[in-house]
Amino acid sequence: MSSESTFGDYGGQYVPEALMPAIEELADAYERYVIDNEGDFVEEFRERMADFGGRPTPLQYAEQLSERYDADVYLKREDLVHGGAHKLNNALGQVLLAKYMGKERIVAETGAGQHGTATAMAAAHLDMPCEIYMGETDIARQRPNVFRMRLNGAEVNPVSTGRGTLKEAITETFRDWATTVETTHYVVGSVVGPHPFPAMVRDFQAVISEEAREQVREKTGDLPDAVLACAGGGSNTMGTFHHFRDDDDVDLYAVEAGGDSLAVDEEAGVAPNSASLSTGEEGVLHGARTKLLQDSDGQIMESHSVSAGLDYAGVGPELAHMVDEGRVEAVNVGDDAALEAFHRLSQEEGIIPALESAHALAYLHEHHDELGDTVVVNVSGRGDKDLETVIEETGQRDLEAAPDLSVFREVGGGL
Amino acid sequence: MGLERAFADGPAFVPYLAAGDPDYESSLRYVEALARGGADVIELGLPFSEPMAEGPTIQEAVVRSLEAGMTPDRFLQFVRDLDVDVPLVCMTYYNLIYQYGEGEAQRASDASGETASRGPRAFVEAAADAGIEGFVVPDLPAEEAGPMREACDEYGLDLIFIVAPTTRGERLDAMQQHTSGYVYVQARLGVTGARDDVSDQTEESLARLSDWSVPKAVGFGIKTGDHAERIVSAGADGIIVGSALVDIVAGGHENDDPAADVADRLEAKARELKEGAVRGAQDRPQPEGK
Repeated sequence: MSSESTFGDYGGQYVPEALMPAIEELADAYERYVIDNEGDFVEEFRERMADFGGRPTPLQYAEQLSERYDADVYLKREDLVHGGAHKLNNALGQVLLAKYMGKERIVAETGAGQHGTATAMAAAHLDMPCEIYMGETDIARQRPNVFRMRLNGAEVNPVSTGRGTLKEAITETFRDWATTVETTHYVVGSVVGPHPFPAMVRDFQAVISEEAREQVREKTGDLPDAVLACAGGGSNTMGTFHHFRDDDDVDLYAVEAGGDSLAVDEEAGVAPNSASLSTGEEGVLHGARTKLLQDSDGQIMESHSVSAGLDYAGVGPELAHMVDEGRVEAVNVGDDAALEAFHRLSQEEGIIPALESAHALAYLHEHHDELGDTVVVNVSGRGDKDLETVIEETGQRDLEAAPDLSVFREVGGGL
Repeated sequence: MGLERAFADGPAFVPYLAAGDPDYESSLRYVEALARGGADVIELGLPFSEPMAEGPTIQEAVVRSLEAGMTPDRFLQFVRDLDVDVPLVCMTYYNLIYQYGEGEAQRASDASGETASRGPRAFVEAAADAGIEGFVVPDLPAEEAGPMREACDEYGLDLIFIVAPTTRGERLDAMQQHTSGYVYVQARLGVTGARDDVSDQTEESLARLSDWSVPKAVGFGIKTGDHAERIVSAGADGIIVGSALVDIVAGGHENDDPAADVADRLEAKARELKEGAVRGAQDRPQPEGK
């Protein structure tokens, strides 16, 4: 673990002055507890991740996919973490750290709702009051997760500005934090934001690659040829790649949301994708210098993905740097391909993946010939939260892998 | 670097409006009304799509301005079109400054075939050329401000930092070194927005800056002449008022009032705030020595 504040030209601390002392306090706490393990923080984190979180997660050999692609495909099952996504690794780490710091209240933002759910669960587990900011658009398309947050006792504050998605929710949470900074910790949901968040969130998520690397060696005696993870903000991506970073023979693929198209409507300020690594430009947003979807003036664009969890105009600074370095290849797949992969994995392996993870599986489908003999794909979360979206989006498309749902018509159940 | 001159003849009134809110022409009139009402420096907001440090009032102003077509280039034209004899400060977020530099550098690079360099220099140069005398950039702390400070020094512009109630120790020292023109003293934690009371953190905040040589202008939450009086009598060299003025613009926009009426209201409000500040200075015990 290391506590670097910049990654090449990216990263840094671009925040309003009112937040700087909190950022410094957090950076200090990160050094003491997470890196230097003061107060046996790391032991407590790992114990809670095992008993409450259900770690380690399996690395499953995917028989049908392996046969289909004529390669050994392994799935890292982060969908089996408590709450149904990798997000708990970070949320539990940060809420525990807030507890060690003596903070009294937790705030967080959420897009797909998985981070909000994980934070609400972690806060309930550790008995901390918790408020979640969520865009109105996302509340509408992620109702099950909103309900789960409320079940766990968290307040959910709707954000109506802009398009009502993650970017606006982040801005709103920063505002809350600027007002309550002395007693409140902001659980940032990805490897984004000002230092120390990108490094700290990566460290909490690095358990994914720590386990996966060991597990793949146990199963095959060797390292994989390729590791795939979907990339929105980039937390499961960095977590999945971190311990493979120095393994030069392992190719790392960050699969972004190509949305409807990689083209950009600059006039309307809209990018019909969330592919900031593939198409973004360097800039400063939400506390860090990184790659962003922005117009030529520097105004941030509205992004799009069928997957709310990938729908963000920026990306983690370390991931942007690893792409620039050539260590990570940034690729993307569109909404349609992701939906096909969602259905395919559900039918062929009995796993309903998050729409985020379906992007990585879609890339495997399209490019399996180029990925080598052994491939690890991170299934970052489970897809239960996405079912309403998938029903609606599938109904608007002619998808090869979609199931025949005429049974509903036969019994008069709609569709 | 000359914004200090605006504080030379007593307490300075520093109003803020988002340039182009709710439209270009009305906004020109509104800013000019503030000058007639007694503004000593005017902070002009260049709208950014993610205004992290602003409360709802200014965020909505930013949205109105952006929807009316405000861009960095139009902002610079706005500055040129203003008929005011008051120093102007550009208040914006770093990405717009940074990206403008990148865009300019890229165009130059395309022309010359050399590698583009990124940074704030191009916008600082263009702003200086248009008549801007300083910058407030809320998401650019002293630690990240090196290139911006250099560019401002090169073109003789002031770079104003915001000191928060939570700023202490080494950070305060670093900001003291970097700040020129005046220092923006944030009266309370949180984001911008008019309040019904004056923060009691103000005196403590000013006491921590007592050895700073630049004027100390207090902002965040000031709404009335009485607020202004109390802030100045507590030791401030000036007051910064944004949301209370933006509220007037928003009200006029919502009610579809003629721009001239809104301008009159802004001028009257400016006068109330300026007079409050002047009364505050009279209330103050006579300084010893300084």
